[in-house]
Amino acid sequence: MAIEMTGPATMAAPAGAPRDVIGWLRENLFSSPLNSVLTLISFGLIVLVVPPLVRWGILNAVWTGGLERCKAVQGTGACWIFIAEKYRLILFGLYPFKEQWRPLLMTVVLIALLAASMNRAFWRPWLGLAWLLGYLAMGILMWGGIFGLAFEDTDKWGGLPLTLILSVNAIAFSFPLAIALALGRRSDLPVIRMICTGFIELVRGVPLISVLFMASLMIPLFLPAGVDINKLLRAQAGIILFTGAYVAEVIRGGLQALPKGQIEAADSLGLGYWQKTGFVVLPQALSLVIPPMVNSFIATFKDTSLVIIIGLFDLFGSARLAANDPAWRPFYVEGLLFVALIYFVSCFSLARYSRYVERLARQGDQR
Amino acid sequence: MSAAEHTPAEAASGPIIRIEHLGKWYGRFQALKDVNLAIARKERIVICGPSGSGKSTLIRCINKLEDYQEGTIVVDGVTLDENVKNIEHIRREVGMVFQQFNLFPHLTILQNLTLAPVWVRKMPRKEAEALAMRYLERVQIAEQAGKFPGQLSGGQQQRVAIARSLCMNPKIMLFDEPTSALDPEMIKEVLEVMAGLAREGMTMLVVTHEMGFAREIADRIVFMDKGEIVEQAPPKEFFANPKSERTKLFLSQILGR
Ligand SMILES: Nc1ncnc2c1ncn2[C@@H]1O[C@H](COP(=O)(O)OP(=O)(O)OP(=O)(O)O)[C@@H](O)[C@H]1O
Ligand SMILES: [Mg+2]
Repeated sequence: MAIEMTGPATMAAPAGAPRDVIGWLRENLFSSPLNSVLTLISFGLIVLVVPPLVRWGILNAVWTGGLERCKAVQGTGACWIFIAEKYRLILFGLYPFKEQWRPLLMTVVLIALLAASMNRAFWRPWLGLAWLLGYLAMGILMWGGIFGLAFEDTDKWGGLPLTLILSVNAIAFSFPLAIALALGRRSDLPVIRMICTGFIELVRGVPLISVLFMASLMIPLFLPAGVDINKLLRAQAGIILFTGAYVAEVIRGGLQALPKGQIEAADSLGLGYWQKTGFVVLPQALSLVIPPMVNSFIATFKDTSLVIIIGLFDLFGSARLAANDPAWRPFYVEGLLFVALIYFVSCFSLARYSRYVERLARQGDQR
Repeated sequence: MSAAEHTPAEAASGPIIRIEHLGKWYGRFQALKDVNLAIARKERIVICGPSGSGKSTLIRCINKLEDYQEGTIVVDGVTLDENVKNIEHIRREVGMVFQQFNLFPHLTILQNLTLAPVWVRKMPRKEAEALAMRYLERVQIAEQAGKFPGQLSGGQQQRVAIARSLCMNPKIMLFDEPTSALDPEMIKEVLEVMAGLAREGMTMLVVTHEMGFAREIADRIVFMDKGEIVEQAPPKEFFANPKSERTKLFLSQILGR
């Protein structure tokens, strides 16, 4: 498909004369029999798919007005006012309507912190302090209970803020866990090696859904009566452990790819285990595995939507909630598309950012 | 014996490295057989021998990059045993240069040189950088301090690797075929740096096939074959009249006569 993708950019170049266009077509779309066949197939698919989509999503779509107008075009046009009608529920779930400025503000703080952390110039000690204060502020905003804010239990948290909380924590805490597990799996101490290997294989061997179920149903059975660990916290811990096990294996791949000579050089200079690991082994191993690692993190971001099965309504879950309204039910696909767009923008940003980190990491690597 | 505790007599005058009845196995394969070698302070030893004779294994035992199963190694009065303190002490005193340079590719040249002084010797960063620049100047590569290893030629990288070891102010330098991975025109620049070190009185163990270098620099040439030291002698004697048949065969092959 890349053949067609290069089209617009090249066309935009100063071509002008029609002869150039034909030359361009021949060169890029019909350079070989196989290429010609692929071009025709792609063209056919585009003709097949695009017009109905445009008709449904734009030409016949309802942009303003009320439910009646949507009913009129049901099946032939999109009902975008569904989103206008339900966006508060989709974005913030069951959080009390009047208080929804709080999760909104929390989301803004979190995104601001993430954006700041992405810039290398800000990688200074104060950034850690900013995160600490940020977490405190976000906690106060979401829970409340002080400063005149009403207390809101985590059961009511939902929507985009919940998705962000779950996935940012999952990534932030699973990363160090994964490093520890990967190093532990290669440890010289048999006990540590066995524990880490056992944990990784156990967690990798079961689906995330079952980890979440266990976190929500089984852990309470083992706890003494009266002790109750918050459901959100249990789900969060489950996701962290699960992601940690996966990313640990990715990092182990990086550790194995490191030439033995690097470790020997570090040893011969008298570096101790932690110095060797921190300055020589990990920087190289981690930069080798940035792409697969980000891949895992993107998967985690999307997998957080599984918390719906234990009764937490994240972004995806609250979009489903919005569809429970019988009157609007026929139009909930539009809501799902809206949610999909948010997921896509988030994951795509993550992917783009990983390219930037990769470039930073590859700086010295001109071999 | 703890790291700090030196045997007084030996620390001052005796051999700086004492290897006795050293035996080393890879699985069931014996790579070193009853190796005995004493090296005096400031002595320059060249180790040669056919491929697979155990030269690398021997010098890698001296800083415990390889384990050994039999015998003892005492470096500057400290016994190289399972004690991690002793191993770390000896590694601080013994520098090593590898065939493949093994510079840290993600660090600049200057960072490569300051890493160990700062973290192992606990030297202030400023001081470590000044020290690093001095050694870079000595190996004539100071203008490359801000570059990454991948941007340097092989000969330059190997000179950086030597400077990196020297920054730890070692008492002994081990070289494992330092010029074998280099193009011919770069061999000379590295050998010159090594010759300079030798003139300054560094204790050196050099595994190399550069017989010209051995003839000029070595106090003693050690010839190994099949995991054993077959013969050792000052270069003149070694080249003029090798005693064993194996040495003669090796010399005829390597010198092409
Ligand atoms: N990690 C290892 N596992 C098993 N056998 C090994 C290992 N390293 C070396 N050997 C064997 O030990 C013997 C000595 O190897 P060593 O590398 O010391 O030889 P060398 O004299 O340095 O040879 P070269 O001139 O090729 O570098 C060889 O027969 C080699 O096959
Ligand atoms: Mg060798």
